[in-house]
Amino acid sequence: MAVALTVNRKKRMVEADPEKPLLWVLREDLSLVGTKFGCGAGLCGACTVLLDGVAVRSCQTPISEAAGKQVVTIEDVASLPVGKKVVDAWVELDVPQCGYCQAGQIMSATALLTDTPKPGPDDILAGMNGNICRCATYLRIQKAIRKAAGMGEPA
Amino acid sequence: MTAASVINRRSFLVASLAGGAALTFEASLAIAATPAASDPVALGVYIRIAADNTVNISSRNPEIGQGIKTMLPMLIAEELDVAWDQVRITQADGDAKRYGFQIAGGSTATPTQWLPMRQAGAAARAMLVAAAAKQWSVDAATLTTDAGSVIHKASGRTVTYAALAAVAATVPAVDLAKVPLKDPATFRIIGKSVRGVDTPAIVRGTPLFGIDTMLPGMLHAALVKCPVIGGTLASFDDAAVRKIPGILAVVPISSGQVPAGKHDALAIVGQSWWTASKAREKLVAKWDTAEQTGFSTAGYAKQAAALLAAAPQADLFKAGNADAALAKAAKVVTADYSYPFLAHATLEPQNCTAQWSADGKIEFWAPTQAPEWGRKEVATMLGIAPEAITIHMTRIGGGFGRRLMNDYMVLAGQVAKAMPGRPIKLVFDRTDDLRNDYYRPAGWHRMTAGLDEKGALVALKDHFVTFAAGGKPVRAAEMNSTEFPGPVVPDTHFGQSFLATNLTTGWLRAPTSNAMAFVFQGFLDEVAEAAGIDLPELMRRTLGVPRELKPEEGDPPFHTGRARAVIDAVCKFAAWTGKPSSTPGKGRGFGFYFSHRGYFAEIVDVTVTDGAVKVDKVWIAGDIGSQVINPLNAEHQMQGAAIDGLAQALVWQPVVQEAGAVMAENFGDFPLLRLDAVPGDVAITWVKTDFPPTGLGEPTLPPVIPATANAIRAATGKRLRSLPLTLA
Ligand code: FES
Ligand code: FES
Repeated sequence: MAVALTVNRKKRMVEADPEKPLLWVLREDLSLVGTKFGCGAGLCGACTVLLDGVAVRSCQTPISEAAGKQVVTIEDVASLPVGKKVVDAWVELDVPQCGYCQAGQIMSATALLTDTPKPGPDDILAGMNGNICRCATYLRIQKAIRKAAGMGEPA
Repeated sequence: MTAASVINRRSFLVASLAGGAALTFEASLAIAATPAASDPVALGVYIRIAADNTVNISSRNPEIGQGIKTMLPMLIAEELDVAWDQVRITQADGDAKRYGFQIAGGSTATPTQWLPMRQAGAAARAMLVAAAAKQWSVDAATLTTDAGSVIHKASGRTVTYAALAAVAATVPAVDLAKVPLKDPATFRIIGKSVRGVDTPAIVRGTPLFGIDTMLPGMLHAALVKCPVIGGTLASFDDAAVRKIPGILAVVPISSGQVPAGKHDALAIVGQSWWTASKAREKLVAKWDTAEQTGFSTAGYAKQAAALLAAAPQADLFKAGNADAALAKAAKVVTADYSYPFLAHATLEPQNCTAQWSADGKIEFWAPTQAPEWGRKEVATMLGIAPEAITIHMTRIGGGFGRRLMNDYMVLAGQVAKAMPGRPIKLVFDRTDDLRNDYYRPAGWHRMTAGLDEKGALVALKDHFVTFAAGGKPVRAAEMNSTEFPGPVVPDTHFGQSFLATNLTTGWLRAPTSNAMAFVFQGFLDEVAEAAGIDLPELMRRTLGVPRELKPEEGDPPFHTGRARAVIDAVCKFAAWTGKPSSTPGKGRGFGFYFSHRGYFAEIVDVTVTDGAVKVDKVWIAGDIGSQVINPLNAEHQMQGAAIDGLAQALVWQPVVQEAGAVMAENFGDFPLLRLDAVPGDVAITWVKTDFPPTGLGEPTLPPVIPATANAIRAATGKRLRSLPLTLA
């Protein structure tokens, strides 16, 4: 089926099986490979994108569900004011190790800070616990979120 | 100089890095006939100087997140004497002929490249200085360098490297072994915190990883692997699959784990990986697994128990008479320790892209930690010359030792050969990845120690049950005969007994050490308790005077003084008292381990509430020699390694096998550590010594596991001797 959607501020039309996950449409049909495949089962968060501003697992989102919606991926997250702050904090603190999870981490952090500009530890946990980092960059992830939020270190 | 010494020096140059210098320089002479003024000039295999005075440095080793793509060029840039913002970095291809052996493994890059990389930079600098000396007709000794320029102070003249490069490429090559290196006190890049070179690209989602490879005309392959490792393909029916639009072929292939000529997998090749992956449901395959179905987790445990009850089948290390000494000991401590099979679960699933060309050559885009090993295996499997293989190394979404094995290259190579001319990207899904790993092998230890009246450790026994084939432990299932404190205890016996398995085994970050640290430091904590002291004190007494203990052939020696120093440092850092906490449910534990040339002592603070263990803080003292090259990255690696160790201690579940097959399906049954299990802090202190710098990505990990077990003991009184640590 033909699906019209907006990806990173551009209108796109894709011809795909309605069941095909948004993840694979992004990676294969739109050559946007920044969004990563980690588990294909909604368990790791590597594939997180914003769908109409909400963080979703694109591996669990059939393309038919994205029809007519706005998708923001890592490639364009810095065009959002909050996304830019998150990306800048990530660079400044040098958060990535291997880097494979980081697109998903940044998308989840952007959604978190958009909803909760000054998150407490429980908010960070709730917003980020679905994102696995196999390299365990978690200490810097938390630091970068606080930095992007303009918050100091916890006492 | 005799002809032989000329040849020797020549072959030395060719074999080492300036050989690259010598070779490229000849190549650049050839090109020099018609140089475009704007072409970058190569000075050795690693350095190219561009007309705008930026310097491109090739990074020779695979990048798995350990930060090597930043660190190796730092070493070159330091001695080349350029400013870091002049440096651009390129990932080198996998090409041992050009670069020497390339690997991301064993925390070896720092100890093996510390001098050669600096020498490569210093040699190029010397050539540039020689060129300036020639140009100005002055003595090279009167010249200095700074930020990519050569300076003649006396006359106030300055010239950029870019302006000198073409001439520099024609001056005689410098003897790498003799080229002067900087005094560490004058380092301007080494020892400074430098951010990862790929960080900006990562946060923009730029294609970098193996799985991101996109090539014109590329096809995608999904894997259908025999559910039992070692099993072979008996028959298959792909009629239904071939009818699916977008599917092009079904190709029988071999992982290299089954006899030549047999297959243990099928690749479904299509226009889309998702389509190919879904098509797997329609593929009918029959497998021959009769020889493997007897292997199971429950079976191993039963056999291990029976073996532990009998005498060891083989000796590993024997000093004095441990049994006689135990019979006389004032106190005897005995305990059984065990740990399970584990997967690596790199977040980027195994994948590889390959293209077979009409002339019988093959090109790879491979996330591999050991490209030359992959080349060898591919050459054998495809029956081609190693030279017919080109390997581009992509950034790697986590290694941890998994990608030291190259099954994905072998598999992708066969698919590519079956589809000549088309690039093929083979991607494992998570289940394929978890079920086709080279697992950290399980192991069982019956430990016995004897103490004399004064509480000194006088006898030690370990009966180790491990996995073997043909009487030899399989990969990563071995134990070191010099495992501390064996060699310093008067009467010691390490014996082994063997089990068989069909599972492929391999190296997991700090291989063998991640298991042995748990067993030995956990058990020594029990011994210390029996002696009425704490583990740091037992270690101090057992280590004795500072000296080097003889290692196994080819291994680095173990320096008891360096061990002692990190133990003292971490105790001071964390204000360790050895006394129980006054708060119920709180406890701290200690662990020390020496591996990969690094000395690490760690303290873990836990709080146990209703059987749930929360790690509050980890304290680390490490000695990796005279220099931490990139402190920003060092901190990150150590924090990651410590948390990785906590995952093994508390979160990861055993890889379970039934009827030969691994059952793990996804992160539901092989859970990774998430934010909720992250300690509040991982604090680091260094003990700097005069020894040459060594690596830290691995040696940081092992001590945290026993320290956690020992902390749980302190908090609850419960001694946990099996991983993962679980309070019932
Ligand atoms: S790939 Fe979507 S959650 Fe893991
Ligand atoms: S940085 Fe490697 S998985 Fe997060």
